[in-house]
Amino acid sequence: MDIVLVKNIDTGDTAWVLVAAALVMFMTPGLALFYGGMVRTKNVLGMLMQNFFSLGLITVLWVAVGYSLAFGGTNGFIGNFDFAWLQDVAGTNGGKIAGFAPPGLGTLTIPPMVFMAYQMMFAVITPALITGAIADRMRFSAWVWLLGLWAILVYSPVAHWVFAPSGWLFKRGALDFAGGTVVHVNAGIAALAVVLVLGKRKGWPKHPMPPHSLPLTLIGTGILWFGWFGFNAGSALGANGVAAQAFVNTTVAAATGMLGWLILEKLRSGHATTLGAASGAVAGLVAITPCAGFVGGMAPILIGGIAGGICYLAVSMKFRFGYDDSLDVIGVHLVGGLIGSLLLGLFADASINAAVTKEGVFSGGGWSLFGEQMIAVGATMVYSFVVTCLICLALKAFMPGGIRVTEDDEETGLDLTQHSEVAYATDLV
Amino acid sequence: MKLVTAIIKPFRLDEVKDALRELGVNGLTVSEVQGYGRQRGHTEVYRGAEYEIDFVPKVRVEVLVDDADVTRITEKLLEAARTGKIGDGKVWVTPVESVIRVRTGESGSDAL
Repeated sequence: MDIVLVKNIDTGDTAWVLVAAALVMFMTPGLALFYGGMVRTKNVLGMLMQNFFSLGLITVLWVAVGYSLAFGGTNGFIGNFDFAWLQDVAGTNGGKIAGFAPPGLGTLTIPPMVFMAYQMMFAVITPALITGAIADRMRFSAWVWLLGLWAILVYSPVAHWVFAPSGWLFKRGALDFAGGTVVHVNAGIAALAVVLVLGKRKGWPKHPMPPHSLPLTLIGTGILWFGWFGFNAGSALGANGVAAQAFVNTTVAAATGMLGWLILEKLRSGHATTLGAASGAVAGLVAITPCAGFVGGMAPILIGGIAGGICYLAVSMKFRFGYDDSLDVIGVHLVGGLIGSLLLGLFADASINAAVTKEGVFSGGGWSLFGEQMIAVGATMVYSFVVTCLICLALKAFMPGGIRVTEDDEETGLDLTQHSEVAYATDLV
Repeated sequence: MKLVTAIIKPFRLDEVKDALRELGVNGLTVSEVQGYGRQRGHTEVYRGAEYEIDFVPKVRVEVLVDDADVTRITEKLLEAARTGKIGDGKVWVTPVESVIRVRTGESGSDAL
């Protein structure tokens, strides 16, 4: 382990990453509203709860073992227990907080405790992304088990591979600035695994299940966009030029994602919809995530726009193949994450960030980085899909009630059957 | 006595209410309902997927009237509810055996 010396700690960097961690925390309730607006009135609390609960469970798992399994030790495939229960993450050195940094991150200019807290928020929101695919039909107790097991068995190892300097994908030279692979590809492919085991919603796709409150979805999108500044610009782990570049790239890609989606939608179905604007912005944000601090110039305009357009086309895949990805986690997060992670192989630019050791095709680096990006997303997809399937199949076999609510309960809705509450108690009788 | 039931477009409710008040109608009941007639439903589009919504929102107005007033009131009601476009709704009249005011126990026309 490398000790971080107090003299390296920069107050400006520390202040920014603390704020960024809080911004990322805010994305989880934002995501809850984004999804919550899209389900029917009888399932809105169920959806909000599946997301909000992640702040409860994952926070505890992360400080217990999650962080250590992601960032401890020097093994290429999995961390260790060096930082379990936050041991050695904080120490006092001359009256100031210091501590042990993950191996290879000895150049941190923020206390390791801040790094741990910032990464915690990523661990919270990543499994929450899956909830959009499983809307309206999973038992809450099954979700609790899936959430916890997935965080330990899937999120921590993949985060280790890609984010930890000792991870095998990191060492090969794959780039992922803020989680295109670790967060979006990972959660997106896991969502596919869960819906394949869980099955379709009763009545889908014949029975219409339109969103009950697009205003909630728009508020959620706004919160996500706002929080994404922390997600991407915070990943610079300092208050510097890379953070500024990531900040601008983030908002530009969100904007062109919205435009790309709306243009195609207007051409194909005649209207520019509010849900289309929200979805396109999120698609742009997803795609820029792996690229945020590694690209510059006009790259974010293209990355966001391409993601907005392609994700608009991708969300109709589920009807062709017959899997009920209810709120389009696969169409937006998996597809958007793949677009961003692969386009990084074209646009990565060492003049924007010295951490880019292999440049993208358009920066004159050849196809080497693109190949590494393919390996990174391929390995993540295979691992995440297989392990998520195994977790779901095991839960289905061993949980007394299975992982799915009964047909009656699905008809009544998750709010009443899982939580004994209703969201909108306005009826007089 | 008769019960006049009208299914109308929600945005015509104010006109209908005012017209009935001018005719001296003392009370009516309004409810939000859904259904379809020859107009059928409509289409909504979410993320490129089209949903056929079979039932459209309407307002149901129910008013109890004296036999002598039926024609006058239904004509006025039809006039107030009409836009001339498809989906304006329907009005029908049914006989009512008895009406009793809860507070006083008055019955028949006195209870209207």
